[in-house]
Amino acid sequence: MSAPATQHETADETTVRRLGVQFSDLAKQDHAARFGMWVFLASELLLFAGLFALYVAYRIKYPQEFADGVHHNALALGTTNTFVLIISSFTIAYAIHMLRKDRPRVAFWLLITTIALGALFLVFKGIEYSGHFAHGIFPGQLYAFAEMPTDGARMFFTLYFFMTGLHAIHMIVGLGIVIWLAMRVWKGLANARYHTEVEVGALYWHLVDGIWIFLWPLFYLTG
Amino acid sequence: MKNYLNATHGLRSWLLTKDHKRIAVMFLIAVLISLMLGGVFAMVLRLELLTPGESFLDAQTYNQMFTHHGVVMTFLFMIPGIPTVFGNFFLPMMVGAPDVAFPRLNLLSFYLLVVGAIIMLVALWFGGVDTGWTFYTPYSTSSESSVALAVFGVFIVGFSSIVTGVNFIVTVHTLRAKNLGWLKLPLFVWAIYATAIIQVLATPVLGMSLLLVAVDHAWGFGIFDPALGGDPILFQHLFWFYSHPAVYIMILPAMGVVSEIVCTFSHNRPASYVLIAISSLGIAFIGFLTWGHHMFVSGMSVFDAGAFGILSMFVGIFSAIKVFTWTATLRRGRIRFTAPLLYFFGFMFLFVFGGMTGIAVATSSLDVHWHDTYFIVAHFHFIMVGGTLTMFLAACHYWFPKMFGRMYHEGWALVGAIGVIFGFIFAFTPQFLLGNWGMPRRYATYPDQFQWLNVTSTAGATILGLGVLVSVVTLVYAAFRGPVAPRNPWGSRGYEWLAPTPPPVHNFDAPLEIKRGPYDYHQPE
Repeated sequence: MSAPATQHETADETTVRRLGVQFSDLAKQDHAARFGMWVFLASELLLFAGLFALYVAYRIKYPQEFADGVHHNALALGTTNTFVLIISSFTIAYAIHMLRKDRPRVAFWLLITTIALGALFLVFKGIEYSGHFAHGIFPGQLYAFAEMPTDGARMFFTLYFFMTGLHAIHMIVGLGIVIWLAMRVWKGLANARYHTEVEVGALYWHLVDGIWIFLWPLFYLTG
Repeated sequence: MKNYLNATHGLRSWLLTKDHKRIAVMFLIAVLISLMLGGVFAMVLRLELLTPGESFLDAQTYNQMFTHHGVVMTFLFMIPGIPTVFGNFFLPMMVGAPDVAFPRLNLLSFYLLVVGAIIMLVALWFGGVDTGWTFYTPYSTSSESSVALAVFGVFIVGFSSIVTGVNFIVTVHTLRAKNLGWLKLPLFVWAIYATAIIQVLATPVLGMSLLLVAVDHAWGFGIFDPALGGDPILFQHLFWFYSHPAVYIMILPAMGVVSEIVCTFSHNRPASYVLIAISSLGIAFIGFLTWGHHMFVSGMSVFDAGAFGILSMFVGIFSAIKVFTWTATLRRGRIRFTAPLLYFFGFMFLFVFGGMTGIAVATSSLDVHWHDTYFIVAHFHFIMVGGTLTMFLAACHYWFPKMFGRMYHEGWALVGAIGVIFGFIFAFTPQFLLGNWGMPRRYATYPDQFQWLNVTSTAGATILGLGVLVSVVTLVYAAFRGPVAPRNPWGSRGYEWLAPTPPPVHNFDAPLEIKRGPYDYHQPE
């Protein structure tokens, strides 16, 4: 890879290129960007919190059906996916560390690894969904699973599709962000001196990862 | 003098602007259009209710009309109203910043609101949504109308609200001028800050509940459908978990405006700065724990109803703290009587009256009698609409000279204010009586004995509508033809008045130096 020109700009040039008129210095601007993402993550958390509340309510209503539903889900696939995401969180965190150490190429390949792991997660998720579809497990009124023909099981799988589906949409958004970050690092626009966007993007990725850590026990472990 | 209005020219320079002041003006136009639209829908309802039978609307069209009125007024006027217009324009100036923390997100928020509003209006108008603004299941998920599209529009508008909330929180945290500590912030900033917290934390829950309604409606997910094992009451829980705090999204910014106006026009320090600031946060917090009072008749245990009732009454304590503090602020002040101050008195009447009836309906044994009657309609119109509308209009007048560099005509403004306040009281006081006598809400027809009160209400609504019209015409005329305004026509000590009129693109000619508090009227300037 050829070293891009921007990697060698001076600190002043970085400031001129990056600093918004409303901020007195870059440190403050970076702090604002990270803080803004944290506030947004709080909002995201509440988005899922409503669904977790629904899950609890319906689990109290249909305890046995939910337990059976959890047993039916593929524990191995769900657990593999959990580890895939945890590793991807590690690789993106390590990418930031490598940027700080002024090793952008390593950081770039770590971001690529993150993207690959995220894509792998979606592939596994797709395999899981198609397994469900093959059994006639669809959300809501299309539900036609002969083994568990109850309202409770239907609700379990409807919530399963909705919550993991919403999570998958977040994964796709997250992948878009990480792809954009990888391009920035490739072009040298994010480097040892300035990598706030990578940190902010990584925060979002960690949140998506963190939400899965809660979905995992709800849909795979607590049978 | 170059200012934010004439710094650049052409439509493009407005539509793609990142200046918080221009974005605020664009929001103002959008919000005023929503107010007019919602007002027209309201007048159609009131005209239909002049006679006991169906006159020019059938019941179905009537249902659509009150849905249009509720959705437009709630999501497009009252929730965005004060924060996106006056929060956007003045929050950065009040903290001494050249702009908000994220100017591009600010513009994005505007376009999200516009796109969401268009989707919503198309769904309402062409899809004939007739569920009421609350989209209660199971009717909303089984209705033939375009519910899914309408709630998708609300979802996008909600996104706009979250983006604005994030922006304001970060702005207050990171862009305060040197020496501007938290306890020197203008009270309007505190109010907008508390509002922003609710916007960020409550809106996603609404977005989620509406998304669930959309998938239930469009694809039969049945999450709230009893036939498929769902529970429609859960929707109400999720919906009100947002929509009750949303009431405070509407009223807290209005309270912020009150604090500014009462101090400026009594030329006095607030009787207690800390109490006003803290009670805003108190309302924001307790507002998350009161949603059950909307559901006393939805099948709730006596214990839960009691708990929600008592928690709701705590809101009354925080509100009373504010009311008494504002009143005490007037004492021994040098009062200057203007249209904004008249709106303040109107606000106080409507807010106290609406608030007291709020305590009454928080008592579950009483609420069983008033639930789904015009008593509730009158209660929430008094407190929410009365509070928000009067203070929105007051803010339009109070900050008008700073925003547009011209003075409005005080006489006509007072005429408008009198129309709004007395029209409001005439429109909704009869509805308290109607509700108490048992007239249910959301029906196109009613028994004959209710007619005289309905006629009174319609007459009041007409005066209210004319009052708003007079105010808007007065302001629009002044924006183009009014006499040039001085820098600080009210003699306010607020930081925003230190900027030139109208403000230059980055608000202050030099970085703002904070040497005194925003209400230090006891010291010579």
